[in-house]
Amino acid sequence: MTTFKKINREKSYLINIIALLFIFILPLTSANAEAGEDEKFSPGDMIMHHIQDAPEWHLWDGPYGTIPLPVILYSPNQGLSVFMSGRFEHGHASYQGYRVEEGHIVSESGDKFYDFSITKNVAQLLINVLVMLLLFISVAKAYKNRAGKAPKGMQSLIEPIILFIRDEIAKPNIGEKHNKYMPYLLTLFFFIWLGNLIGLTPGAANLTGNIAVTGSLAFFTLILTLFSSKSYYWKHIFWPPGVPTPIKFIIIPVEVIGILTKPFSLMIRLFVAITAGHVVLLSLLGLTFVFHSYLVGIGSTMIVLFINIIELLVATIQAYVFTLFTSMYIGMALEEEHH
Amino acid sequence: MELLTPSLGLIFWQTLVFLLLFAILRSFAWKPILNALRIREESIEEALAAAEEARDEMANLKVGNEKLLDEARHERESILKEARQAATSLRDEAKNEAVKATDKMIAEARVAIETEKKAAISEVKSLVAEFSLVIAEKIIRQKLGDEKDQKKIIDKYLQDIKLN
Repeated sequence: MTTFKKINREKSYLINIIALLFIFILPLTSANAEAGEDEKFSPGDMIMHHIQDAPEWHLWDGPYGTIPLPVILYSPNQGLSVFMSGRFEHGHASYQGYRVEEGHIVSESGDKFYDFSITKNVAQLLINVLVMLLLFISVAKAYKNRAGKAPKGMQSLIEPIILFIRDEIAKPNIGEKHNKYMPYLLTLFFFIWLGNLIGLTPGAANLTGNIAVTGSLAFFTLILTLFSSKSYYWKHIFWPPGVPTPIKFIIIPVEVIGILTKPFSLMIRLFVAITAGHVVLLSLLGLTFVFHSYLVGIGSTMIVLFINIIELLVATIQAYVFTLFTSMYIGMALEEEHH
Repeated sequence: MELLTPSLGLIFWQTLVFLLLFAILRSFAWKPILNALRIREESIEEALAAAEEARDEMANLKVGNEKLLDEARHERESILKEARQAATSLRDEAKNEAVKATDKMIAEARVAIETEKKAAISEVKSLVAEFSLVIAEKIIRQKLGDEKDQKKIIDKYLQDIKLN
């Protein structure tokens, strides 16, 4: 019986290792294909291409390698234009007065327009949200069906994380009223964490490493902080207690700027951590094609494997840190006089 | 610089989709999950408290039982003691009564014997008197006859008396 279990476990280890190898080899092959098309391989372009947004989802060169995505443009002169990004023919054609330049849609006439396209990142966002909805609603159902019983399956994976966020992040930093903020903190944590993890898989978009995404999340935190703030929070900013009056004139501007620097740091931290991770991984993979050497390829794959494991850690830490700081800011805003 | 410029479209979609995600998850996932967790924690706490209470009750019961047992033991001892005392006193009483009754019977017997004795003596006296009278009569009759005969008769009667 035990030997059978052992064999089974070894088998699952083997499957894991093979799966991991695939994960690290896949980006290699796609990068290889890119290098093949353009005689001269430019690692900088390859990296930027991977970490930036695009109107289409490029997986590999050749037929069916690029998934066209809907383009939604609005210009005051031309009105609304909706079409698939395949019309641009990978930047070779213009359509309805628009064309793609360096992964960006530009207007040929130079008119001002607003881009609401379902870009690669928006598509990734929709996929992530779908995954989250399926995952958490099914987990919630499990709680309903198995009321009063011990957690099972996905439930037992999610529950410790929820309890950790409640007991280690929300409760110590927010205090009594933490229950009110739990839904936001949980949504935030899982959005960032799953976004980071999905972003690490080959072919996926760098969603949580995009400054628009991290900026929006930081903005929600700012709004939530301002809306939950008590009078003491503002008193502390505009007339800090226990500080000599002349120094107050130095402190007050710092405190006022501090309202904005807090969410700003949230935005930058997540953006930098995730983007930098992707840049490091892609640079190491790029070495193979710069040196045109199998030996370097094997070496850099080993290092990429190691960095990827660190990236898994970073994905979790960044989600934790964003949630932690959000609850700290909420806690500060909720603080009362007697503290 | 490209990387640091947030695009309007992504901000728009991110805000819209994230808020929708938040709203949906809040009512369909987080609230049921958090409620279920709270209810489970409360039920576990209650169960623990109930167990503690039961244990305390058991201890109390044990103490009560011992107390009851002790009381019962004391009672038994006191009952036994009382019974023993009662038995002793009963026996003593019986003994005293028996002694008294015996004494009384002896006294009565003594009185009866005395009376019988007196009666016997008086009877003897009356008999003696009767005999004496008979003898005297006989003697007086013999006086009228021979002197020798008289003597003979007296001896004879005397012999008769002796024989009696």
